[in-house]
Amino acid sequence: MSSAATKVSQSAPEPASAAPGTAEAAAGTAGRVPGPTKPGPRKPATDYADYSLVSAPRPWRWVGTAVVALGLAAVAWSLATNPRWEWDVVGQWFTAQSVVKGLLETLKLTAISGVLGFVLGFILALMRLSASPLLLSVSWTFSWIFRSTPLLVQMLLWYNLGYLYEKISLGIPFTDIRFFEVQTTTLISQFAAAVLGLTLNQAAYSAEIIRGGILSVDQGQLEAAAALGIPAWRRSTRIVLPQAMRAILPTAFNEIIGLVKGTSIVYVLAYSELFYTVQVIYNRTQQVLPLLLVATLWYVVITSVLSVFQYYIERHYSKGAVRTLPLTPLQKARKFFATHAPVRSLR
Amino acid sequence: MSTATAAPETTRGLVEITKVRKAFGATEVLKGISLTVEPGGVAVIVGPSGSGKSTLLRTINHLEKVDGGFIAIDGELVGYRVRGNRLHELREKDILKQRTEIGMVFQNFNLFPHLTALENVAEAPVVAQGRSKAEARERGLELLDRVGLKDRAGAYPRQLSGGQQQRVAIARALALDPKILLFDEPTSALDPELVNEVLDVIRELAKSGTTLIIVTHEMGFARDVADTVVFMDQGQIVEQGAPKDIFTNPQEERTRSFFSKVIEPAFNI
Ligand SMILES: Nc1ncnc2c1ncn2[C@@H]1O[C@H](COP(=O)(O)OP(=O)(O)O)[C@@H](O)[C@H]1O
Ligand SMILES: [Mg+2]
Repeated sequence: MSSAATKVSQSAPEPASAAPGTAEAAAGTAGRVPGPTKPGPRKPATDYADYSLVSAPRPWRWVGTAVVALGLAAVAWSLATNPRWEWDVVGQWFTAQSVVKGLLETLKLTAISGVLGFVLGFILALMRLSASPLLLSVSWTFSWIFRSTPLLVQMLLWYNLGYLYEKISLGIPFTDIRFFEVQTTTLISQFAAAVLGLTLNQAAYSAEIIRGGILSVDQGQLEAAAALGIPAWRRSTRIVLPQAMRAILPTAFNEIIGLVKGTSIVYVLAYSELFYTVQVIYNRTQQVLPLLLVATLWYVVITSVLSVFQYYIERHYSKGAVRTLPLTPLQKARKFFATHAPVRSLR
Repeated sequence: MSTATAAPETTRGLVEITKVRKAFGATEVLKGISLTVEPGGVAVIVGPSGSGKSTLLRTINHLEKVDGGFIAIDGELVGYRVRGNRLHELREKDILKQRTEIGMVFQNFNLFPHLTALENVAEAPVVAQGRSKAEARERGLELLDRVGLKDRAGAYPRQLSGGQQQRVAIARALALDPKILLFDEPTSALDPELVNEVLDVIRELAKSGTTLIIVTHEMGFARDVADTVVFMDQGQIVEQGAPKDIFTNPQEERTRSFFSKVIEPAFNI
C-alpha cells in the first residue's frame, strides 16, 4: 500500500519511461547541483489520494479454493447419501442417556488425570531442575519408567495391585506402627486404577514438557528478579512460568487432546466411559459403524472445544511476546466485512 | 521522593569491598579486590573485556558468592553474618531483603517481556517491600515520568526502543529506593544514537545522592560523572583515581595502553 503511494508521487510528472538520467539532466540545465537526493523542479503531481485501492488479482488462489471446495462437496455428498453410514442410527444414539453418561465419564477422567498429571508433572520438572542429585534422579527415573512401559500394562498392574500387595497401610517405615490399613482391592476400584494409570503416565510426559518450557526462559530473567529481591516462589510463578507457558501450551494441548482419546484405553478395566459404552451397545445391536461414528463425533466435538480454548489461552500468554497481537478470527471477520465488502461493490 | 527517606541522603550507601576473591573452577576471576565508594559517590569501573568487572558488580548484591574477602554496605555485611570467627551465609529471605537496597541495571535490560513498563516497575515494591499495589503504581508512574516515559507506561518491552527499555529498567531499579545502584554496561547493547538518552538519565541520578557503581566503555561519560575511575585488568584493580588524573596522567603502563586503545585521539586532553 505505502510502496504504491511512493511510486505514484515519484513517477507522476514524467511518462513511465523517464530514466533517472533524464531527471538529472533536467536538474543540470536548471542550474542546480545534480544529486540523487535533490530532484529537479516538477510539475504538480496528479492527486491520486481519493482513488480507491484495488488489490492485485490472485487467480491461483481462486483455482485452489475451487478445487478444494469441490473435493469437500464430494466428501459431504457421499457421507450424506451413502445409506450404509446409517445416519438415523447415529442420530438416535448420539444423545442417548447411556452414551451421554459415558461421555461424562470420559470428561471426568480427562479432567482429573489431566489436572493431577500436570500438577505432578510440574513438581517432577522442578525436581529435575533442582540442584539435589537425589531429587533429580528420582524425577528422571520416574519419567524413565512411566514412559517406557505401555499404558495398558500400567493400567492392568494398578488394577491387579491386590494380587501383588494384599493390604495397603500407612505407617512409619521399618516399624510396626500403622495408622491405617485397607484391603488393596477395596481401595483400587476401576476408577482409581484408571485415574492412577492415566495420571502417572501423564505426569511423566508433562514433566518433560514443563521442563522444556522452563529451560526456554532466558536466565537473565531470573537474575533480574533475584536482584530485585523477588522471592523464589514468586519468581517462578510470576516471571518464569508465564513466559514458559508460550513453549508449554501447544504441546500441553496436544497431550490433553491425546488424553481425551487415550482414556478409551480404560475399556480394558471394563470402565464404562464413552468408548466402552459404545462397544457394549454395538455388541448388542450389531450397528458397529454408526456407533463408532457416535463416539468419533463426540471426540471431535471435545477436541474442537479444546482447540478454541487453546487458541485463546495461547493468545493470552503471548501478551508482550509479539509487538502486536494478531486478530482473532472473529475480529478478522468483522474487519473483512467492514473494509472489504464496500471496495468490492465499487468495482 | 517519598517522605520516608528523611535522613540526609549522604549518610547512606557506603560501599566497602575488601580483598574479594572469586574463581570459576580453576580460573581466578577476582584476585583480591579492595575498593571503597563513599556515600553518594560515583565510581566508574573500566577495563578490558573479561577482566572481571561484571563478576565484581554481581558480588556486590550477592548474585555471585565470593570465595574470600567481604563486602559491606553501611557497615553491614552483604550475604553473610558473623558468628564466632566464621561468616555464615544468610538465609534466602535475608539476602533478598538486602538486595532491595541495591538496584541493578543490566547490559541487556532483562525487563520482563510479558509485563508492561509500569508492571515491570511496580512488581518488586509490592512483593519485596510489601507496599500496596496502588502506592506502587503511583510511584511507578512517577519514576517513569522521571525517565521520560510516562506516556509509555502501558507498553510492553518489545514495543519500546532499546534506549526506552533501558530507561524503564532504571526506573525499575529505582522503585525500591536503593542506597546503591549498579550498572553493568548499561549502553553497550544500544544503537549509538540511543546511548545518550540513557546516559542523561544516569547523569541526573549521579546528582541525586544515590551511590552509583557503573561499568562502562563510554569514556567521555566516565570523565563527566565519575568521582573515581577504577581501571581493572585480569581480576585486579590496576589503578584508580579522579578522572582528570587517571585519564590525563595514568601511572601504570597497562592503564595507558588500555586508554590508548579505547579513547579516540580527539578526546585526549
Ligand atoms: N559463571 C561463570 N562461569 C565460568 N566462568 C565465568 C562465569 N562468569 C564469568 N566467567 C569468566 O570470568 C571472567 C570475567 O568475566 P566478567 O566478570 O564477565 O568480565 P567483564 O565483565 O570484565 O567482561 C571471564 O573470563 C569469564 O569467562
Ligand atoms: Mg561484563
